[in-house]
Amino acid sequence: MSVALATQNPLGAAARTQLNGFAQILRDNGFVVGLAETRDALMILSSKNAARASRLRASLKTLFCSRQSDWQKFDELFDAYWLSHGMKSATRISGAPQKSPTGLQTQAAGRRGFGESDQADHVERGEGSEVSETGQSKREGASRTELLSTTDFRHLSQPEDLAAAHDLAERLAKSMRARLTRRMHARRTGQRLDLRRTIHKSIAQGGTPLQLIQRKRKDKPLRLVVLLDASGSMNLYSAVFLRFMHGVLDSFREAEAFVFHTRLIHISPALKERNPQRAMERMSLLAQGTGGGTRIGASLASFNRWHAKRCIHSRTCVMIVSDGYDTGPAENLGVEMQALRRRCRRIAWLNPMIGWHGYAPEAAGMKAALPHIDLFAPAHNLESLKALEPYLARI
Amino acid sequence: MQLAAVGYIPDRDLATALWLMASLKRPLLLEGEAGVGKTEVARALALAHDTKLIRLQCYEGLDQSAALYEWNYQRQLLAIKAREGTDASAVEEHIFSEAYLLERPLLAAIRQEKPPVLLIDEVDRADEEFEAFLLELLSDFQVSIPELGTITATSIPRVILTSNGTRELSDALRRRCLYHYVDYPDVDREARIILSRLPGIDTDLALQIANMVSLIRKEDLRKTPGVAETLDWAATLAGLEIRHLHDEPEAVHETLMCLIKTVEDTSRMTREVSDRLLGKVA
Repeated sequence: MSVALATQNPLGAAARTQLNGFAQILRDNGFVVGLAETRDALMILSSKNAARASRLRASLKTLFCSRQSDWQKFDELFDAYWLSHGMKSATRISGAPQKSPTGLQTQAAGRRGFGESDQADHVERGEGSEVSETGQSKREGASRTELLSTTDFRHLSQPEDLAAAHDLAERLAKSMRARLTRRMHARRTGQRLDLRRTIHKSIAQGGTPLQLIQRKRKDKPLRLVVLLDASGSMNLYSAVFLRFMHGVLDSFREAEAFVFHTRLIHISPALKERNPQRAMERMSLLAQGTGGGTRIGASLASFNRWHAKRCIHSRTCVMIVSDGYDTGPAENLGVEMQALRRRCRRIAWLNPMIGWHGYAPEAAGMKAALPHIDLFAPAHNLESLKALEPYLARI
Repeated sequence: MQLAAVGYIPDRDLATALWLMASLKRPLLLEGEAGVGKTEVARALALAHDTKLIRLQCYEGLDQSAALYEWNYQRQLLAIKAREGTDASAVEEHIFSEAYLLERPLLAAIRQEKPPVLLIDEVDRADEEFEAFLLELLSDFQVSIPELGTITATSIPRVILTSNGTRELSDALRRRCLYHYVDYPDVDREARIILSRLPGIDTDLALQIANMVSLIRKEDLRKTPGVAETLDWAATLAGLEIRHLHDEPEAVHETLMCLIKTVEDTSRMTREVSDRLLGKVA
């Protein structure tokens, strides 16, 4: 079992270069590989026990992988690198579910006009050109920010306006978090006696515990799971919300973000990526599918099946941002909403169209989902997002 | 590998991972669905090395006093009362000595003569703060107790961590550990597991059971049956003295409750479905 591994490295320089190259490929594919791992790998390579290829693969796999998505990708990368020469530069596997990329494209797509959406939707979009009351006036002067915050996202067509809205959304997410946290502190009360500290204190008084020290239970922070519809009908809204989600992920201690259109994509890892270069790379991989049709029911089903167990605990609020136009069967959506409702604390459904004149939730999917929703709120401008805050604070 | 001798049938990759764990002296992180036998690995490893298995079950709110050490307060209070009137600093010295220290799993693990197997079970259930603390312990293998001083490990335990993925673990912890993803065993391995656990069972029946279970796992179920469920089912069938699954499709369907644990799955696993699956079993 215990094999003394040579610390002296009898391997040639060529082998070391090769191994470094492999480590680089792994890093490019999202593996977390540090110097320590590479050093250990060299030790494995130089030990006699690893001479056989199959054993070598298993050893390196155990060493370099650190999560399930890595585990699934590894064999392919290993084969491509070690078993066929000349393929090195082209080695990149895409589409592993965990590390799946995200939606810069959504933003880019979002900047296109609203009318360009080419989605096969069964609802007449007559209201599309209609103007909501707010935000049609001039946009200049000192109160620019305020004005922007009541402007329907649809009317923000200038890129700089959009950027301002993004910032506002981010700030809002941050302030929302600050207030929620304060609430948590205020709610703390002692429940159990902290014996360790009480006795420590009592020693000074000759062992008589005059001063009792209580132990306070830490509150579970609210976890926010955001599911954003990135289909064609949500085109312009999704850009703003993506930015909003970024702010939420940055500032909430526990949050998860997903984007869905015809399928569900977990985008938290990409949004959390600190290295801007890599974040861009990951996001640009999302492209396929955004701006097309929606299958809300199917997306929710895959959320319930693959992610709910990990993402949802007893203090989780699930926030769905969608207009409710589902191209799948409505019953399907109803069933999945019911399943989701059983698991989480609250479901808030934000529908940008509520802010429109004369809107009624007529889409079949929306109707099927309504009975399972705790809060059905508008989300067509930043004001309406702000209005959510007291609701979230009460959960 | 001696694991087979103690009744655990590892796959080759896992054997390599365990070998690597011993030679690099790093902890091993096992991930996988519930019921694939992650905890069993640690138990078998302890048996194989004829050493103690020290288990720390993680849960939300697990803190240092439950995981590492705690002072025996009742005894301390008694000692204080008994020595009333004597020099206070002497009393303090006395009550913060080893005799009043209660070992919890982590401290116990580093104070063994023979390196034990330390199983940190379901580490994803513990809080992030605890994870950070664990990280420190796993890199230094020493504990500092303010009243007592630093305790260094007398032997480095073999550490196995398991995770069910209810929470994403930190990158730092993942990097510290070797990693192995435990999958459901393939048919052949599962049959060998059944045979090793239920020595009296017929080899053909074991193969049929393993086949059937692997088919059931491919169905769209809410709760996929694990190895423990397979063993339950095998024991049930053996108890009913069934020799061949095809002989008694009725009994097969009725005993499927060993494998199926939720209402929805029960309604999905109708007689037709079980017969269809049974038909595929060679």
